[in-house]
Amino acid sequence: MLVNQFLFLAAILFCIGVYGVVARKNAVLVLMSIELILNAVNLNLVAFSLRNGSVDGQTFALYVIAVAAAEVGVGLSLVLLIYRNRRSISLDDLSEMKG
Amino acid sequence: MLVAQNIGFTIIALMMIVGALRVVTTSNVVHAALWLVVVLAGVAAQYLLLAAEFVAVTQVLVYIGAVMVLFLFGTMLTRSRIGRQGDLNNSYWKLGIPVALIVFAAMALALANSFGTEKMPSDAAVVNTQQVSDQIFGPYLLPFWALSFVLLAAVIGAIVLARKD
Repeated sequence: MLVNQFLFLAAILFCIGVYGVVARKNAVLVLMSIELILNAVNLNLVAFSLRNGSVDGQTFALYVIAVAAAEVGVGLSLVLLIYRNRRSISLDDLSEMKG
Repeated sequence: MLVAQNIGFTIIALMMIVGALRVVTTSNVVHAALWLVVVLAGVAAQYLLLAAEFVAVTQVLVYIGAVMVLFLFGTMLTRSRIGRQGDLNNSYWKLGIPVALIVFAAMALALANSFGTEKMPSDAAVVNTQQVSDQIFGPYLLPFWALSFVLLAAVIGAIVLARKD
């Protein structure tokens, strides 16, 4: 197994996630794309853990998983609040910050 | 052994890429969530290939178990109708394709230059849970505490944000 095959897979997943964040309008789908990005990072961390023969990468990956779970919880409750106030979770409608 | 690993890697990787592309292109939110399950399960399988058992099990428990249920609840609570719907992309979605391709080109160049054809160590032992916990409760204890507070704050924040009052 090459080191690069895992790193390239993670890079592809990361770029698909970036495309999803840019292209999607539905807030739940944007959160899913962010999950893709976080998983790509985790794959990198675990791959480097094997390459370097050290457990640190796996520890970091576990921490990232925990932070991602917290992020999804808060993110979805924000989406729920936006939906309750505006009857829509389209990110195009949230344009108050535009000057 | 190595050949079997490479075949396994290729099959799982192709499945994950197809799943990820469907997540960002499908026009049904529930289907996107289910394709995301394919990707997350593939990531767990790759962790097994990388000899990281505990991380793989955690991935299945936390992502496929908990995060996915959260996503499905989020879909259910914010959509009056579940099913096919037209405009999930915003008006400038085409801009995302060159952005993703440029980011990928930059990363591919950097990875090819840095690692080339370097191989994974073939004699690596499977990391057992004891080693991982020795790391978490040893040198990385402080971030573990910080993470506990992050989770506590997230739980309280989610309840405060989402409750009706």
